[in-house]
Amino acid sequence: MTATTYDSADTKARAFPWRTALIEAGITAFIAFMLAITMVGIHLETVQGGLAIATRFADVVVAIILAFVGRIGIVAMREGFPMVVLIGGVAAAALGLLVPPIDIVAAVLQALGGEAPPATPVLQIMQVAGGVILALRAAWLVWRQRGSRESQDERSRSLGDLSARIQGWTGYIGPVAAAFAVALPFLFYDRATIDLATLVLTYIMLAWGLNIIVGLAGLLDLGYVAFYAVGAYSYALLATEFGWSFWICLPLAGLLAATAGLILGFPVLRLRGDYFAIVTLGFGEIIRVVLLNWYEFTGGPDGISSIPRPSFFGFAEFTRSPDEGVTAFHDMFGLEFSGIHRVIFLYYLILVLALFVNFVSVRVRRLPIGRAWEALREDDVACQSLGINRRNIKLAAFMFSAGFGGVAGSFFATRQGFISPESFQFIESAIILAIVVLGGMGSQAGIVLAAVLMIGMPEVFRELEQYRMLAFGALMVIIMVWRPRGLLAHRDPSVRLHPPEGRRRLWSIGGRKAAEPAVSDGAAQ
Amino acid sequence: MTDASRPLLTVDHLTMRFGGLVAIDDVSFDAHPSEITAIIGPNGAGKTTVFNCLTGFYKPTEGMLTLNRGKRSFLLERMEGHDIAGHAGIARTFQNIRLFSAMSVLENLLVAQHRSLMAASAGSFAGLFGLPSYRHAHRTAIDKAKGWLDRVGLTHRADEDAGNLPYGDQRRLEIARAMCSDPVLLCLDEPAAGLNPRETQGLNELIVGIRKDFGTGILLIEHDMSVVMQISDHVIVLDYGRKISDGTPDQVRADPAVIRAYLGEEDEDTAVTANAAAGP
Ligand SMILES: Nc1ncnc2c1ncn2[C@@H]1O[C@H](COP(=O)(O)OP(=O)(O)OP(=O)(O)O)[C@@H](O)[C@H]1O
Ligand SMILES: [Mg+2]
Repeated sequence: MTATTYDSADTKARAFPWRTALIEAGITAFIAFMLAITMVGIHLETVQGGLAIATRFADVVVAIILAFVGRIGIVAMREGFPMVVLIGGVAAAALGLLVPPIDIVAAVLQALGGEAPPATPVLQIMQVAGGVILALRAAWLVWRQRGSRESQDERSRSLGDLSARIQGWTGYIGPVAAAFAVALPFLFYDRATIDLATLVLTYIMLAWGLNIIVGLAGLLDLGYVAFYAVGAYSYALLATEFGWSFWICLPLAGLLAATAGLILGFPVLRLRGDYFAIVTLGFGEIIRVVLLNWYEFTGGPDGISSIPRPSFFGFAEFTRSPDEGVTAFHDMFGLEFSGIHRVIFLYYLILVLALFVNFVSVRVRRLPIGRAWEALREDDVACQSLGINRRNIKLAAFMFSAGFGGVAGSFFATRQGFISPESFQFIESAIILAIVVLGGMGSQAGIVLAAVLMIGMPEVFRELEQYRMLAFGALMVIIMVWRPRGLLAHRDPSVRLHPPEGRRRLWSIGGRKAAEPAVSDGAAQ
Repeated sequence: MTDASRPLLTVDHLTMRFGGLVAIDDVSFDAHPSEITAIIGPNGAGKTTVFNCLTGFYKPTEGMLTLNRGKRSFLLERMEGHDIAGHAGIARTFQNIRLFSAMSVLENLLVAQHRSLMAASAGSFAGLFGLPSYRHAHRTAIDKAKGWLDRVGLTHRADEDAGNLPYGDQRRLEIARAMCSDPVLLCLDEPAAGLNPRETQGLNELIVGIRKDFGTGILLIEHDMSVVMQISDHVIVLDYGRKISDGTPDQVRADPAVIRAYLGEEDEDTAVTANAAAGP
């Protein structure tokens, strides 16, 4: 009803259509009243000896006022008064932050001689969030009016330009982010932060791995966690049964997972689209069920415990008092023993592994095989007509992806020290896939951003308790509405005939190094 | 015409059925190197189906398709689609353009050279480590692509997404892409569809130039008679899956069966006029 036309053609001063605004806001307030009176106004409370009905009418009043004011804001925006809404939205958000709306109502009620209602933080969140959203929307309109950009088309193009620009910056952002990642354990010398960063990096690595199948080759794989599991169990079994070192098992786990990718890849090659997705989903589940039921081999639901932790490249152990003849890490460097050493070591390990995956993916994208993957995603019929063997190309994509997943899996196993089929549920595949899609299919930088949002945010929002998943879901919806093709969906060609001016080329396999050094990115267009 | 030499392509009693529908019914014809062979016919005559059989998208119900490349002969109906393109050397374009839209123009031309580049990158290892042999092959591929971009006039748009090109440019790019795979036979499915007269003229020159410079045999499906009559050496007419005429453009134009197929049997007047227009 509202979001369709924001004609901003005439900027001349106009009278504010109070009548429409009040009518619409009135209707909205009425609907809010109908909804809120039952859902918010009355609730059951456990009291001694049973349940009792409690009322929260003050909350209802606040909710209705918020809906009323918010609707006026929407109307104002539609009628071409974004500046007013911008200021109002910011003011509302700020007010909400400083003074919870319920307090105002409480004060009024108290002044009228009523009793103060209990505080509800939800309304405060709503006021702040609503204000911010309205303000953002209005700011967007103001900005658009100034540039006199009109068509939807142009708008999405300007967004595309923006993400192109960001993508261009990744030439600089990449190293900065990597430097930050390297410095992180020393910037935040605390266990929880480093653990969280390790978790985020694990998902970044997995998503970069999955990106090869999904983002480049365009095959929707819903069972990626299977390869993660194969890698984890490979390491766990090899280490606990044969006592093999982590450093031998790591590449081995990758190879075993790649083999699993090859084996699982074969039967699904002929399938396309939804059928492919469903069958990979099935395979993911099959692997998990096998792990669950093959008790003698995998320990079934009990999982595998006391998986050896990695040594310091075989030179030293991260233990306080290692066995005879083994050096301890802290002795080796003359440090005080601390459990955080291993945590930091694991962090750097996953950082190196993730960067390795990134390096290979970026490089492979510029090779014939990488281009063939993308061509396959674009049009597989045309691929065949150009002599590309689709079967081999798809299998290669599967093997690369699965191999990286396997390496990540063995890292997971060594970090946890315990694995069981519980850790390899479908939801893991879904989260990894969501990171890839949210980041913008095929975009390396987008995946980092999305992983930080997807994995980091729920941890940060932990304080919101039960609203955590709600906030998380809302965030996803907002991103998908705002950028349906992902956060950084812009794609740079893998090779250029005319290198862009003022942008440094990081890679030039073509041997065509951009002559110009990096100049400032002025808005020369 | 070098009648003594072996034909490039021999289509022998080709039949293609889809359930009860006979899309191609016992069609035979030859195509020669450095010649433009046009396949014409009303809508649904089975022209595209012939291409799909030749390029391995359909397995013919009956018949034999032979391609002679140098000293070797390929039995196309027994080969996989990608080998037909890669080994036998048949490239094609599509009636509804099939470019890799989100990839750049240059990348489209590089994908077409996949086979040679893949061999040079030695299963991606030489490429991954940037060995000189691969770098060299990559540069050669780019130079070849550049040559084709110059020829079709798209050099200035090389780094743009193929999907953003105007329609006429997309058609020419698709032809360039097909040619980048070094075919001996190029199959063009209605390349002039949707082009304006000036673009059509340019297209004629492009096709004739390809034949002259590369000796490629060309199979051309086309509805635009100005193209067919101007540039083809040999015309095959299909109607309801059957071959109803086969000969030089002038012979075909004068063939009563063709006129009947195109204009309908009743319309004597038009038939006569068309006949007269065809000249002696
Ligand atoms: N895959 C298929 N399954 C069933 N019928 C098909 C298939 N492909 C083609 N046909 C049928 O075969 C007949 C010939 O189709 P074809 O596409 O070859 O015609 P055409 O000569 O290329 O026509 P147009 O000029 O419209 O492109 C049509 O009746 C079509 O419906
Ligand atoms: Mg057709």
